[in-house]
Amino acid sequence: MKMAYQRKLDLQNGKIDLTHGSGGRAMVQLIHELFADAFGNEWLAQGNDQAILPPTQGRLAIATDSHVISPLFFPGGNIGSLAVHGTVNDLAMGGAIPQYLSVGFILEEGLPLSQLAEIVRSMGEAAKAVGIAIVTGDTKVVEKGKGDGIFISTTGVGYVPDGVNLSGDQAQVGDVILVSGTMGDHGMAIMSQRQNLGFESNICSDSASLHELSAALVKHVPSLRLMRDPTRGGLATTLNEIAHQSAVGMSLSESAIPVNPSVRAACELLGLDPLYMANEGKLIAICSAEDADIALNTLQSHPLGKNAAVIGTVVEDPHQFVRVSTDFGGERLLDWLSGDMLPRIC
Amino acid sequence: MKYVDEFRRGDVARGIAKHIAGLVDPAREYRLMEFCGGHTHAIARYGLTGLLPSNIRLIHGPGCPVCVLPIGRIDSAIELVLQHQVILCTYGDTLRVPASNRMSLYKARAEGGDVRVIYSTSDALRIARENPDRQVVFFGIGFETTTPPTAMALKTAKTEGQKNFSVFCNHVLTPPAMQHLLSAGDAVELDGFIGPSHVSTVIGSDPYQAVAKQYRKPVVIAGFEPLDVLQATAMLVEDINHGRDGVSTQFTRAVTPEGNQKARSVVMETMMLRDTFEWRGLGQVPHSALAIHPDYADFDAEQRFALPYRHVPDHKACECGAILRGQKQPSDCKVFGIVCTPDNPLGSCMVSSEGACAAHYHYGRFVKSPTQTSVEEGA
Repeated sequence: MKMAYQRKLDLQNGKIDLTHGSGGRAMVQLIHELFADAFGNEWLAQGNDQAILPPTQGRLAIATDSHVISPLFFPGGNIGSLAVHGTVNDLAMGGAIPQYLSVGFILEEGLPLSQLAEIVRSMGEAAKAVGIAIVTGDTKVVEKGKGDGIFISTTGVGYVPDGVNLSGDQAQVGDVILVSGTMGDHGMAIMSQRQNLGFESNICSDSASLHELSAALVKHVPSLRLMRDPTRGGLATTLNEIAHQSAVGMSLSESAIPVNPSVRAACELLGLDPLYMANEGKLIAICSAEDADIALNTLQSHPLGKNAAVIGTVVEDPHQFVRVSTDFGGERLLDWLSGDMLPRIC
Repeated sequence: MKYVDEFRRGDVARGIAKHIAGLVDPAREYRLMEFCGGHTHAIARYGLTGLLPSNIRLIHGPGCPVCVLPIGRIDSAIELVLQHQVILCTYGDTLRVPASNRMSLYKARAEGGDVRVIYSTSDALRIARENPDRQVVFFGIGFETTTPPTAMALKTAKTEGQKNFSVFCNHVLTPPAMQHLLSAGDAVELDGFIGPSHVSTVIGSDPYQAVAKQYRKPVVIAGFEPLDVLQATAMLVEDINHGRDGVSTQFTRAVTPEGNQKARSVVMETMMLRDTFEWRGLGQVPHSALAIHPDYADFDAEQRFALPYRHVPDHKACECGAILRGQKQPSDCKVFGIVCTPDNPLGSCMVSSEGACAAHYHYGRFVKSPTQTSVEEGA
């Protein structure tokens, strides 16, 4: 469907207004000149209200995620690439091969079109790098003051090959726990960019799609029980979730958990714990102790897993506690995150 | 991390712990109060208790500014937000402190109140400059450490002639609280104090001399790194063994007897002693808090908004008072970990990460304390 518009979208100086969500010509123009251009694929080009896709192999996997982030642009990415990575990773952690993505935009009146264009372009590039197609979408515009620039929801569809059965309830006593790299990079990158914090750092978000890393683990580690990406709540909260699902405890070694020195220093300054900070390009994997070396080598042989480490083991514990042995030989809990992480007064 | 990792070395910690084990007299108990929540946090975070001989008892003190803030003061802050419609600027950990009627500043925000988390008083001043048509109040809270930045904000606001900025002053003082703890009729028996170094970087170590001499207790001003706390413990054990009282400093890298004169003078210029102030858990403590000096009355939120102070009793089941006085441990409280959790704090000790209950809940509730019969359930 080709339509002629009086004037092309002004992607340099234009701003989102309410007409872009009205369902009329302005909205269609936005879709054609921006979204379709950045996402371009045969299903989207059909311009239907749905994407009709060929049958998939294996079992169908689906994941959805909403992205609300301030600032929209941060070192290492932006809300657009993050929206792709987040949903791809949710699929990949189940051993699924991501195939298609749908996207919902909620735009705030006044959002510069230049920002939207950059976000949409980086979404397209992130999807292309993964090899998935953004096949359908939706756009709404809310009045100024009722949004935070832009909110993005993505739903991903993929398939799980036969014989792959990963789930959070499969950790077994004696298993080893691995992480694919340093903890807390994304959370601290976002925090360092917040206007009211005002400190300079070189910390970059780790935002990345982990589908290659997860596929390699699935392929090479026969006893792989589960994978999970430690996003909100960080490593601590994610491990507590798994311990709860599998009805086991965990015993970690604090010195084995990789943390970027800059992130550690910034956390120190703010009285925060990097093990509770969000990650957007890291995974946790659990497998039998016999396969620990294979899993570690598999992770470390990929650029996104070069700092991978074995950080602990699954233990029997009726309380399902995640415990950490400190460098001093003492032990402490690594508890669920309670509420927001708030810097201490002093 | 330079200047941090050096104070967290496991081999050195184990060496100091061994040294302490050699110092202690097995026939006696050493009851040491870590006055400040920062120490409580470090002890729990690094599992220090497990390194010490069993006859050293570390008793949590009242040194967490969030924990000792009485309910009535949080109620007043909520009144500023919801009734006077101010922009309230506050440090983060006050947001979850329970107030009357199941309210908190978090809930006030959900009801439309404009509460903003800030990281320094200069942020509060900036917000005031950016919102000339709104009243902006800084919720001043903390011990002597956080007082100088509040004092500087008052000075700056006066110099700039800010018409829409004021401070709700709740700054409290440590030496009078220590005095109060030791003089109370039901005071817990203590053999020595681990004193807060960040306070002493401002006021120096001398202000503790009078109370240490009067009650014949040793006080060791200590830093917040785990090795600082262990070294201070060793110093206290030696003081106690030799019957020494008075104040000594472990944190020599920043603490002097007289403190920071510039910081003290700006506080003295902008603030003055209150006759009395209510502390949660300790009740009214004479000369233990600061109010805004009459010369800066225009920037005093209590006067600008005519805030009356109302005493509100703590929840009956909550043992925060006894815990803050060192008489009970978190695990002695019947509601600990059951009704009162970090997600739903009933008492203030469960709110701040420096609170004794929150530290014990987050880091050590799998450890049996001397008074416990079983590990708490409800993870």
